[in-house]
Amino acid sequence: MDPQTLTYLAVGASLLIYLLIVWRTRALGANDFYVAGRGVGPFLNGMAIAANWLSVASFLTLAGLVAALGYQGGLYLMGWTGGYLLLAMLIAPFLRKFGGYTVPEFIGDRYGCQMARFVAILCVILVSFTLLAGQTRGIGIVFGQLLNLDIASGTALGLGIVTLFAVVGGMKGVTYSQVAQYLVLIFAFIVPAVFIALQLTGNPWPQVALGGYLTDGSGLYLLDKLDKVVTDLGLAAYTSPVGGIAMLDMVCVAAALMVGTAGLPHVIVRFFTVPRVRDARSSAAWALIFIAIFYTTVPAVAAMGRLSLAGVAEGGELVNPLFAGLPGWVAALVVAGAVAAALTTAAGLLLVIAAAISHDLTKGMIAKGVSERGEVLVGRIAVVVAAALALLIALYLGDKPPRALLQLVVFAFGLAAASLFPALVLGIFDQRMNRWGATLGMLAGLGITLAYIVYFGGGLLGMPEAPASGRFLGISPEGIGALGMVLNFSVAWALSRITPPPPERIRDLVEDIRVPREEGEALDH
Amino acid sequence: MTPENRAAYWSATLRLLVTLLVIGFLVSFGFGILLAEPLNEIHLGGFKLGFWFAEQGSIFAFVLLGIFYALRMNRIDKQFDVREE
Repeated sequence: MDPQTLTYLAVGASLLIYLLIVWRTRALGANDFYVAGRGVGPFLNGMAIAANWLSVASFLTLAGLVAALGYQGGLYLMGWTGGYLLLAMLIAPFLRKFGGYTVPEFIGDRYGCQMARFVAILCVILVSFTLLAGQTRGIGIVFGQLLNLDIASGTALGLGIVTLFAVVGGMKGVTYSQVAQYLVLIFAFIVPAVFIALQLTGNPWPQVALGGYLTDGSGLYLLDKLDKVVTDLGLAAYTSPVGGIAMLDMVCVAAALMVGTAGLPHVIVRFFTVPRVRDARSSAAWALIFIAIFYTTVPAVAAMGRLSLAGVAEGGELVNPLFAGLPGWVAALVVAGAVAAALTTAAGLLLVIAAAISHDLTKGMIAKGVSERGEVLVGRIAVVVAAALALLIALYLGDKPPRALLQLVVFAFGLAAASLFPALVLGIFDQRMNRWGATLGMLAGLGITLAYIVYFGGGLLGMPEAPASGRFLGISPEGIGALGMVLNFSVAWALSRITPPPPERIRDLVEDIRVPREEGEALDH
Repeated sequence: MTPENRAAYWSATLRLLVTLLVIGFLVSFGFGILLAEPLNEIHLGGFKLGFWFAEQGSIFAFVLLGIFYALRMNRIDKQFDVREE
């Protein structure tokens, strides 16, 4: 069978499977639409979390990015995995105990304040749309190349399929299709890595092969050879921190990514889909395992790709460098994996934007009397509108290279770190935190971070950009979210201590979310 | 649940998570960034240790910490009789 037919077959079959899953598990009410009926087991939820996480931007460009950056690529790897440890310990179990549908709902109830909820809605929409914009380009590339369409039509088709899944399936259908998508995309990522690891080192296990000897007769370790090749070209060694890059900036970038991960609404809501608090904790452990399988393979793929293409300057920066020159069925598998990655994250993002509109804005503020049916209908319409907006943004960003859009994704993490994360953590761990501190803290963190990103990183969107020499303490726009977070915490703490403490009712709520079950208390929310 | 019990449960939870977060910070920000250059002088098979912590070691540690946290919290829940059915 020729490769093109194989590819169509693999993609067609997998799409059909996802569609069947979505239909079989479609959302029937608000509980299904927002939190998958809270019936997802921790093992499957771990997989859905991982699929939700491993976006098309990661699938296509992360290995290339790490290959280009060398040691510093590690900041992305540790940031995007370590965030799940913060989620597991600082946020997920407590928000699950709270038992709401959305992140702004928690913030509104915890601080007893519609204003805080409204600010949280703005943060959710801003962060999620920034992430979605980063995904749309990847979606366009995947579907465009698959069917030989231009980027615009490819993006429209891909977003159309995602929208269909999210509208029909809601959180429930999307969750179970994400489980299938995880299996496809992880298999599609690992198989080529195993091939190339075998070729270069004779060891099929990419994580181990990275530290192994080359089989080319040189007797050198793979990484030593790579260091030698790269330094011979006059570049800094692959495995060493690049001189001149401030330590403080590296710490800030890693912190912004890590903390931002724990503040991302489409990630947090995945923990609302399990039946119990302890399932939220074990979901995080499973998710870390499934995510680590991907993230520990990435540096192996990156180093081996860089070595194979070492002659080419900045080799393989655009697309995963190893996709070329593999057997036909592997290439077909990789395309199916890319399609899975293209669908999964975008679906999660569309749902969280829709929930902010239908549950928080409509039901929570504008039309409190709306029926459950009406609310879910608004949610479904919001998915379609959000997808249409994402398409418009994608067309506006049309000619930007994929690397630039990965940078856009990175900025979204800084925004989440500086806005939502502190409000959530303080809401759980600081009983004295009140509406003034939380609301103004969010606004201060978000405002400063957004302004800094636009001022020093606006070149990404074709805006004028200030020179790097003017940066505060040498911190890059990718890392400023860490400072924004510190500012948010400081403003919140200071303001909350000079304004009245929250009422008794709120203190009780905080006591309640800290404990999985009261003695004799009803079990389900 | 008595206020004393509640406070004891919460401080057990906090003790556990502070311990685990400190370890998590050490393997990533500590070994992977701040001490990466000196650690790169040490070799572990074909890996320089600082590089290994930055790109693999910290991730493996996060996984272990996440699993340990879930298991230990289950025990703490049982100990204070707040475990869900």
